[in-house]
Amino acid sequence: MSPRLALLCAALTLPLAAPALAGDCTVYEGARVHLPEGPRDGFSVVVLDGRVADVGSNLGLAPAPGGLLFRDRTCTLVKLAATDVITPGLVTVGGQLGLVEVGMEGATRTHDAGGDEVRAAHVVANSYDPRSSVIAVQRIQGITSAVVEPTGGMIAGSSAWVDLLGATQAETVIATSVAMPGAVVTPSPSEGLRRLSELFDDARRYAANRRAFEENRSRPLVASRLDLEALQPLLAGDVPLVLGADRASEIEALIRWSEDEGIRLVIRGAAEGWRHAAALAEADIAVIINPYVYGPGSFDQREGRADNARLLSEAGVDVIISTSSAHFARGLRQMAGNAVRGGMDHTDAVRSITSTPAEVFGITDRGEISRGAYANLVIWSGDPLEISTRVKTMLIGGAEVDLTSRQTNLFDRYRELPGSPVPDLPLPGPSAVPAGG
Amino acid sequence: MLNRPRSLLFAALLLPVAALAGDAAAPASRAELDAAGRAPVEPVVEGPAPLVVLANATVWTADGDIWERGYVVLKDGRIFAVGEGDAPTVPAATVLDQTGKHITPGLIDTHSHLGVYASPGGKASSDGNESTSPTTPGVWAEHSVWPQDPGLERAVAGGVTAIQVLPGSANLIGGRGVVLQMVPHRGSRAMRFPGAPETVKMACGENPKRVYGGKGGAPSTRMGNLRSHRQAFLDAQHAMHEWDDWDEKAAKAGKGGKKGKSKGNDDSPKPPKRDLNTETLIGVLKGEILPQIHCYRADDMLSILQLADEFGFSVRSFHHALEAYKIRDVLAERQVASSTWADWWGFKLEAFDGIPHNAALLTEAGALAIIHSDSGIGIQRLNQEASKAYWTGRHAGIELTENDAIRWVTANPAWALGIDGATGTLTKDKRGDVVVWGGHPLSIYSSAELVFVNGRLRYDKQRPGQWSDFEVGQGVDR
Repeated sequence: MSPRLALLCAALTLPLAAPALAGDCTVYEGARVHLPEGPRDGFSVVVLDGRVADVGSNLGLAPAPGGLLFRDRTCTLVKLAATDVITPGLVTVGGQLGLVEVGMEGATRTHDAGGDEVRAAHVVANSYDPRSSVIAVQRIQGITSAVVEPTGGMIAGSSAWVDLLGATQAETVIATSVAMPGAVVTPSPSEGLRRLSELFDDARRYAANRRAFEENRSRPLVASRLDLEALQPLLAGDVPLVLGADRASEIEALIRWSEDEGIRLVIRGAAEGWRHAAALAEADIAVIINPYVYGPGSFDQREGRADNARLLSEAGVDVIISTSSAHFARGLRQMAGNAVRGGMDHTDAVRSITSTPAEVFGITDRGEISRGAYANLVIWSGDPLEISTRVKTMLIGGAEVDLTSRQTNLFDRYRELPGSPVPDLPLPGPSAVPAGG
Repeated sequence: MLNRPRSLLFAALLLPVAALAGDAAAPASRAELDAAGRAPVEPVVEGPAPLVVLANATVWTADGDIWERGYVVLKDGRIFAVGEGDAPTVPAATVLDQTGKHITPGLIDTHSHLGVYASPGGKASSDGNESTSPTTPGVWAEHSVWPQDPGLERAVAGGVTAIQVLPGSANLIGGRGVVLQMVPHRGSRAMRFPGAPETVKMACGENPKRVYGGKGGAPSTRMGNLRSHRQAFLDAQHAMHEWDDWDEKAAKAGKGGKKGKSKGNDDSPKPPKRDLNTETLIGVLKGEILPQIHCYRADDMLSILQLADEFGFSVRSFHHALEAYKIRDVLAERQVASSTWADWWGFKLEAFDGIPHNAALLTEAGALAIIHSDSGIGIQRLNQEASKAYWTGRHAGIELTENDAIRWVTANPAWALGIDGATGTLTKDKRGDVVVWGGHPLSIYSSAELVFVNGRLRYDKQRPGQWSDFEVGQGVDR
């Protein structure tokens, strides 16, 4: 088949304005590109077979009929404005995207295993619904991936990394266990930590004495067999434990405790984290923060401040900015923008919603634009953190994402009133056979 | 239509306190009795108003003009001059060059729970819902406002100069709201925005039926909601007729020169028994008290408009109003404002059809849109929220101006609170409620740098003060 015929066939089989398919090759040329080392102007990105094949300022690609030649492939050329910006797809961390439709309707919540305090074996990915209408509402604001979390108990289960394009769990769940969210349960942080230590101690004993356990020669353990098994990757430091803490003293205790336990810790909240920024950096403890400081919203946040993100980031702490929400995840870039308003370096703020989550949760081929990376990319009309900026194009695994959602559908429906109910239906066309014929 | 009730109310507020409280046997009218409950105790303290020229800034009047280079002159607490180009020479004025800065009217939030759900949050500071009965029109939010709420000063740092503090939405009729100017005082009453009408918070939909149905009581359904709404207004109507009769008789007795002369005057008609619940609703029926009604769904809002028609009152603003876009023709026609968010949605079923185009669509249809916060966090960045709603509309092809966007958080909320004659635009002789922004107010990177309330500098980003006693000695270091 000649290339022209192939093109023609492709044109015939694809619907109008078809999204680029994974497997295509496209060169996005001449924009500001956020690389791991920072933004670079006048750069181009080659997306080939769903991955970033190359990125650079002068790729020296030869023209070919219908585009540019990259290796032995003809690539579609998309010329971008110099003011356009390409970032890795944004990552929303925490929250229950795909696990809840309507927060206050219990029947639509699927993230809480209920029952025991320890639910380490709870794999929330099995509840993830990639066809939830909530997802596209967030996605069209540049969010390509999510770390979705189970809730409840002392150990809630495993968080999953999902990419936000696809209709099945098989297509969308990239990793079923990237972290274990838990809680320092009441009545006091000290008691909460004691109970976690007791659990971890039992889990270690269990692992060292599986045979005794199977032969019923074990003393009673505080969790079930499957839960104790599920904790092993956490105890080995392969996945982090995510605990919430805002108060400086509680953060200080958590740093010490996690070192004693030899586990990897991520702290969510950390409103007073800046007080222990150096120690957090030293202990390699990442934080998930919300830069909307309300001052003393609680007695745990008396010293919350607007430049928390800056202070943590400058001290070398891995900072993840997150809404920790399903329905409000689209506010991620506004949050990051507010961190910049509070003094955070702009590049660090972009990292905090792209590459840092990928690094912290061990997803090595996502979150940054580099050769070989999975092509989760967003092309913005300008500064991604500025409100006036819009998503021009976004790719997940190289596939172009349709920029509509249930909300844009409602907008279209009500663009002209009355919108709904729709007008009376016209009669169907006359019957082919005349009545009485 | 709107001036009549306001002028009535102003007249009541202007009466000397002594006349209201001094002679219990001789109340002049129902409205005066009501106003007596608002008599100030603590003196309202304001420093001398500076004479200041804010020069060379981009000036957003919120009244149609955005001048790339203009000025605002504040004098005696008021806007003395505002215009385009070179600032006038004002003898003895302090001239502050604001090149590169933007000036807007002070932002106004129609929906705040600052003070009634104060920081730090907890049981002791939960004063926003008198959820002991579904209809509590007799409670007043101002009696719950804790003026030391650290959230108040953070709102000012976001450019907010006036707020309406409302009871929560657990109740069908939650009680009176109160409009505050952002001037710290020891009691909330001294923070009342001078001359602002009374308001009342009502709610429809899920919250009341959940709260009371959950307790095994009424209402437990939407039809139960409306039954209770209607019954409350029927009771108020009945009481209103009694008061009207008395007002009439008292006025006649007054003409005879007998009124208020002595305690033993047998000719003085006895006033009806006072009832705080019906008094608030009579105020609504008389158009003196502006209804602020929490509703999400279009059909719920239509039910409330039906209630308003049945009893002959006007809804001033729906609040949250996520489906207002579906009935924007009706809302435009009736001049009902919609206080909404830029993009909140989905947390409950009645919020499932919220779309971020709401404010833009309302504005396009000629209905009054307002961006409110309902949040101690959102109130710190109302300008950003307006910006999101603006850009969502623009990107969707709706014709909007930046003037529209700034009005969502200034002039329009001022109207919904009945204080548009005093604030909400940069207009000569209005109050000096003015914000100087570090950059374009619709940019995410811009912060309020100077905030004037009633012509006095209330916030300076370079010299952040501290209002709240709570933070004294906490080591808080912003």
